[in-house]
Amino acid sequence: MGSPILFGIAEVGYFVAMMVYIGYFIFKGKAVGVAATVVAVAAFLSQTAALLFRWLESYGMGIGRAPLTNLYESLIFFVWCLMLGYLIIEFKYKNRTFGAFVTPLAGLALGFIDLTGISKEIEPLVPALQSNWLLAHVTMSFISYSAFGLAFATGMLYLVLSTEKRTEPSYIFWTVAGSVFFILLAAMGADFLKFKVIGTSPETIKSYLFRATFRGGGPAALLSFIASAAVIFSVWRYGHVLKRMLSSFGMTLDFLEDINYKVVAVGFPIFTLGGLIFGAIWADQAWGVYWSWDPKETWSLITWLVYAFYLHARYLRGWRGNKIAVLSSIGFITVIFTYLGVNMFLSGLHSYGES
Amino acid sequence: MADKTIASKVWAFFTSVKLAVALFALIALTSIIGTVIEQNALPEKNVKLFAKLFGTANAETAYKTVSSLGLTDMYHSWWFTAMLVCFCANLTICSIDRLPRIKRVVDEPLKPLDISEFDKYGIKKELTINGDIETAKAAALTAIKKLGMTAEAADHTTQFYAHKGRYTRYAVYVIHLSIVLILLGAFFGATFGFTGFLSLPEGETSAVAYTRQGDEHPLGFSIRCDSFTVSFYGTSDMPKDYASWLSIIEDGKTVLKKSIGVNSPLKYKGYTFYQSGYGVVREKDAKSLIILNVTPKGGKSEQISLAVGESFKIPGTDIAGTVSAFSPALAFDKNDQPYTYTENMNNPAVYVEFTSEEKGKYSGWIAKRYPQTWKLPDGSAVELVDNWGYQYTGLQVRKDPGVWVVYAGCLFMAIGLYCAFFLSHKKIWVLLKPEKTKVQVKVAAFTNKNKTGYESVINSVFDRLAR
Ligand code: HEM
Repeated sequence: MGSPILFGIAEVGYFVAMMVYIGYFIFKGKAVGVAATVVAVAAFLSQTAALLFRWLESYGMGIGRAPLTNLYESLIFFVWCLMLGYLIIEFKYKNRTFGAFVTPLAGLALGFIDLTGISKEIEPLVPALQSNWLLAHVTMSFISYSAFGLAFATGMLYLVLSTEKRTEPSYIFWTVAGSVFFILLAAMGADFLKFKVIGTSPETIKSYLFRATFRGGGPAALLSFIASAAVIFSVWRYGHVLKRMLSSFGMTLDFLEDINYKVVAVGFPIFTLGGLIFGAIWADQAWGVYWSWDPKETWSLITWLVYAFYLHARYLRGWRGNKIAVLSSIGFITVIFTYLGVNMFLSGLHSYGES
Repeated sequence: MADKTIASKVWAFFTSVKLAVALFALIALTSIIGTVIEQNALPEKNVKLFAKLFGTANAETAYKTVSSLGLTDMYHSWWFTAMLVCFCANLTICSIDRLPRIKRVVDEPLKPLDISEFDKYGIKKELTINGDIETAKAAALTAIKKLGMTAEAADHTTQFYAHKGRYTRYAVYVIHLSIVLILLGAFFGATFGFTGFLSLPEGETSAVAYTRQGDEHPLGFSIRCDSFTVSFYGTSDMPKDYASWLSIIEDGKTVLKKSIGVNSPLKYKGYTFYQSGYGVVREKDAKSLIILNVTPKGGKSEQISLAVGESFKIPGTDIAGTVSAFSPALAFDKNDQPYTYTENMNNPAVYVEFTSEEKGKYSGWIAKRYPQTWKLPDGSAVELVDNWGYQYTGLQVRKDPGVWVVYAGCLFMAIGLYCAFFLSHKKIWVLLKPEKTKVQVKVAAFTNKNKTGYESVINSVFDRLAR
């Protein structure tokens, strides 16, 4: 069995796990919860095997390197770390509720891979990328990103549980940020339906991302924006329903806050060392400059400053609760931007050939 | 008097944590601008960007405003530097200001607790041990040892207490110091260092490198490129590795020879030469050579260097060859017709015309990456080993006297982060109160980090005693 099949199983597995976790969240029921965990663990094991196979395959091709060097592999590794971290927390704290909030993050990453048409080939590396510093840099960056992803999930949950009034800034923050994530997930689902399941994929398009919706042009795009506004409005209007559902799971605010800080306290040092320092050492060895203020580096620095802000605000100014939860969510949004936005959005701004 | 108040006001300003938090936000937000506006780019690029954002009519004015604010090279602008200086001052002064207080906490000797104080601690526990006071004492001592601490005994009560990791309280100061070191190192390197490049054709020597603006920068020694090669992945044109053989020459003598590759530079007298690129020499002179490995059938191979247009003999035979043409990247199309597919040296090849009395005349292309082209009809082989003098190596040249300070900072930061996030200052007190056949035990404990973790370790260690 080759790695693509195993990755496929894992991908489907995570989507099913996401559905079942959400089902568990809505209907409770112990059996549903156990089923969710079983599916998630199976998908995780399949993905682990797939990663090992891919590694072996690269040796078979005479390239021989850890599967961690391009956008595809790093996103896959991100999902793997995220699920590992989540499963550890689930087993340690015996609490499944926030699986319904972590698995969509995994789904988002996997859907993104499939729809943007990122190359899945095992490609040889240009000389500058053949470096152990780079390997350590990528591995540790993604471990810290998944820690920040978990902090994001707990932070959002915290806000859902702690906010009362619809006019509270924290309430507005979580409803808007949460709906945006939901809309992105739904839009990717629409792309899947249109191009992969019904299968009218035009060969000429390399990236299907949001082609069924926002980038579909004409009425489809207009409709998508109207629908998004409607989603944001109704989440904002009926957010307390989610809160009522959540509060029946007996998750306390203290628990969420504790996890939130713990994962940031693990992610921050790993990010500093692996993301910033090892990255700088690699750049120094390969290019002769340890810091060149390129957009990617700068965004990593911004991410780092956001989490440094978080730690100081919490430790020295005594910030707790909503403010800290909002900060950890903003932190993860900068992580996403560092990783994807810089490539997609900023390089789009700076390229003049295509629209 | 007035001076003093101003000085103390400035001091107070820089000790403020509010300032730190404001600086974090300010640096992060302004940095974003620098990632949207392309830095150090040709003006047209950013004008085009503004045309996209604000419309063509306003693009020129927008560009002028933005560049007069230094936003087109903002990380080197005076105000960004000023922010970093403030950040450094804030960090240093804030740390100095708090250090005495932390020192007091660290140096404070651990004292036994009053019985009433036991209930005030966040982590507390009560249990009973069956047996007399001596067994209880021994048990308490092993428990404390299990926690990795050495117990002290109180004078007047049956109490043991211990602590560990008090120096980890300095860890955040190590982190802060490391940030200052990194910034100082970067500043030092930017002020006294040099960054430039040098394109050196095979066989050439240079005593200077060039700045980005194209100005010469004397190195104080000479560097020569002896040879350069690229290797590729399989049959693809994706470079697998490229390497240069360099010599350092001082006073006419070669003092150092080293091959460098990507990720393994050459260092000499404070300068570092990085393999950053390569290219084709446009103006070739007579020095360029073709290097062939010639093997007569059943004989020993021999290396021959010659220029295009020159001839050679295959030793031990009557075959003579003349190199009559050169292609940097030879390929064969569907009809087996040779053509050159790029100007880069992706598959150098020579066209050789052979004459032999026995076999008459024949000719063909010999390509470096196509071993099937090396065989001659009579069983001899002519391999194209290299072409010398056709390529230049692209070197990034840097002198950075601050880089060690930066690396020292990184090391301190790693150590500081480890101690600050994964270690903590822990204390414990254990009070024993003997009753008839058992001993009442009261435990109080404190840690400055990860209270739940410490609590569960204490629980598991002491629960074992009670059994
Ligand atoms: C980006 C740069 C910085 C980093 C990475 C950093 C890192 C840290 C860390 C990790 C802590 C421990 C927090 C905790 O235990 O949760 C800390 C504490 C602290 N930081 Fe920073 N810091 C930075 C900049 C600053 C600046 C500019 C100031 C200036 C006021 C500052 C002042 C403090 C103080 C006063 C503490 C508390 C130390 C104590 O325990 O007494 N930090 N810092």
